[in-house]
Amino acid sequence: MIAPRTSTAHAPAALAARGVTCRYADHVALRNVSLEVAAGTTVALVGESGSGKTTMLRCFNRMVTPDEGVITFAGVDVRADRAELLRRRVGYVPQHGGLLPHWRVLRNVALVPMLLGEPSPDDAAVAALELVGLPAATFGHRFPHELSGGQRQRVALARALAARPRVILLDEPFGALDAITRAEVQGAFAALRTSLGVTTLLVTHDLAEAARLADEIVVLRAGQVEQRGTLADLQQRPTTDYVAMLVSRAAAAAAALAPR
Amino acid sequence: MMMSLRRAALLAVALFAPRATLHAQPAGMRSTRPIVVASKPFGESYLLCEMFAQLLESRGIAVDRRPGLGATELAFGALRRDAIDVYPEYTGTGLVAVLHDTLTDSLAADPRRVFDQVSRHSAERFGVHWLPPLGFQNTYAIAVTRQTAARLHLRTLSDLARESAHLTAGFTADFIGRPDGLAGLRRVYGLVPRAVRPLAPAVKYQALASGAVDVVDGYSTDGMLARYDLVTLVDDRHFFPPYEAAAVVAPAIARTRPDVLGVLGLLSGRLDEVTMRALNRRIEVDGVPVATVAADALRALGLMPTGSRGSDVASATASRPSLLAYAWGERRTLAALTMRHLALVAASLFAAILVAVPLGLALERRRPLAEPIIRALGVIQTVPSIALLAFMIPVLGVGVAPALVALWLYALFPIVRGTYSGVRDADPDAVEAAEALGMTARQRLLMVRLPLAAAPIMAGIRTAAVITVGTATLAAFIGAGGLGEPIVAGLALADSRMVLSGALPAAALALLVDGVLALAERRVMPAHRRH
Repeated sequence: MIAPRTSTAHAPAALAARGVTCRYADHVALRNVSLEVAAGTTVALVGESGSGKTTMLRCFNRMVTPDEGVITFAGVDVRADRAELLRRRVGYVPQHGGLLPHWRVLRNVALVPMLLGEPSPDDAAVAALELVGLPAATFGHRFPHELSGGQRQRVALARALAARPRVILLDEPFGALDAITRAEVQGAFAALRTSLGVTTLLVTHDLAEAARLADEIVVLRAGQVEQRGTLADLQQRPTTDYVAMLVSRAAAAAAALAPR
Repeated sequence: MMMSLRRAALLAVALFAPRATLHAQPAGMRSTRPIVVASKPFGESYLLCEMFAQLLESRGIAVDRRPGLGATELAFGALRRDAIDVYPEYTGTGLVAVLHDTLTDSLAADPRRVFDQVSRHSAERFGVHWLPPLGFQNTYAIAVTRQTAARLHLRTLSDLARESAHLTAGFTADFIGRPDGLAGLRRVYGLVPRAVRPLAPAVKYQALASGAVDVVDGYSTDGMLARYDLVTLVDDRHFFPPYEAAAVVAPAIARTRPDVLGVLGLLSGRLDEVTMRALNRRIEVDGVPVATVAADALRALGLMPTGSRGSDVASATASRPSLLAYAWGERRTLAALTMRHLALVAASLFAAILVAVPLGLALERRRPLAEPIIRALGVIQTVPSIALLAFMIPVLGVGVAPALVALWLYALFPIVRGTYSGVRDADPDAVEAAEALGMTARQRLLMVRLPLAAAPIMAGIRTAAVITVGTATLAAFIGAGGLGEPIVAGLALADSRMVLSGALPAAALALLVDGVLALAERRVMPAHRRH
């Protein structure tokens, strides 16, 4: 049932999309989109609702199959093997955590090691919980509904990391949290990312969050890439009015909060 | 899980087995199958059925009793397809309700000609054989209380028609629907009551005595007519055909078992109306068990050796024991009926779960099909059980098989509905994450979706179980036994103790089954919702 873990640990764990187009019945979600994530870096997909950013992210774990274009994972087409085998090697955190409500925290976190047939999934889960700052001794036996929102997202993050994937996909992982909790969990994630060196694709509508967590930002609008670059690039050389507006709005929000 | 299901199946099989051998022949008898002796659900039919059965047994012919079959259509439908072998029927009913022949004046005047025509047409069309009549008629007796008759000067049906605009009728559903019933009275006599209440046979006399209705349809040999001191109105225009009672025999037995025809023929011409009224009265008014009355009657006719035992209740006296005493006396029978009831419920429910849960899951993957199919299953719920059972006779005959299929059909809907909506609505975020993290479809189903849908699935199963316990009482109408047997018989024999001796255990069983399933539900409930 579970394939042995044949990881190619030395290959560059880069993600790449080339010429990806996705059509739904009534609209085009992605139009000829290309992007790369270099090994060990974080790229943020930024855009508003309907921009196609979540669809793009879901192409990478084959939750969405593009109508055109190629998705590669470490240089290999994602369609090379069964979807389940790909997904077990890619961490994933959705907006609401997606924890299995009928499983205790430890079992939730041990899910992917269990699917991979690792010898001791629980040990992997204990280690992952430690990483996100939730000691298994205290939290392992709780059910998800017995946790706070921030704790649930940390558990979801631990679950995504438990099998030590080289790539993780985060879909608005902090979007449903209150501001203080969000800052806290963002901080925890930023520290982790640096220490683990995991390649990350992050979807967010919050430019400030993208700036804080990502090495590079890709702005999507109506299914097309508007601009890509560092925050400085976007600020100093916006290529479109939309990007300029996005940047100035984020700056205005920050200024409003800045001490006078 | 699988283990316990298999055990349940074995248990169900084990529970059916004893019944199958209940009426088996004693060793040493001929190894032909038992003769299935049936009746319709009213007192006199039960009595004649029992007399046929005891007579055959006394001549070494094994019988299987299936009294109380739904009504004319069910009984005759089963007979002509050899699902039952013999039951008592009436020539007028055969003529009008079975053959749908019209009643001419010359026929109406001569019972002999009615019998000749009915027996000839039955043989030609169905291969069904009418034995020579038993010797008495049991015609419809349109009856009023003595006070009503005196007050309105009622003697004939013509008198009744004159006053009918002021009167409320309480007629059995059978009578309201038959061509030789209400419709004919309206046509021939112009009888149009102010209102017509459909009443069960068991309650119509009480309704008349209490003044709730003014006129009822009775049977001329009914024991109740005398008990309530009623006046039977004269059929002055000879509207009702002659209703001579006779044994009708299924095609296969009529062809192959002359011995059976010979034994049953011993009763031909031996019973007159006075005798029948007295026998019916012993059953319906005095509460003497049918088996006792039947045995006594056969002995009085010299058809049974005087020392022979009618049945194990032959010692019962004419005094009516209380409900508790009655139930205690019948405890063995009631326990067997309860086990059988439970077996019917368990087998049909088990089969329904096996089909409905996978069907609900399949429909969740083909949602455009789901609502139409579930709605179609819902429509089955609206088919009256009797009608559903009647539809099945051509395919499955009478007995356990059609009852199981009917119960199974009724149980599907709540389980499919619960499974479908349960799985459809199971925490979409969790199901999506499970997929995105690499669970296969099968793992998602078994480890996530089914556990999360456990509550609505179990709710569907519990609903189906309670419905099935209730509906299974109707299995008695098709000879499948169970707690419906004393209910149907009690209604037919106007014996409320007998009705309650079936109805109370059935109600207790419904509560018990629901309680047991509630415990099972706690076991399968996802862990986070157990508290």
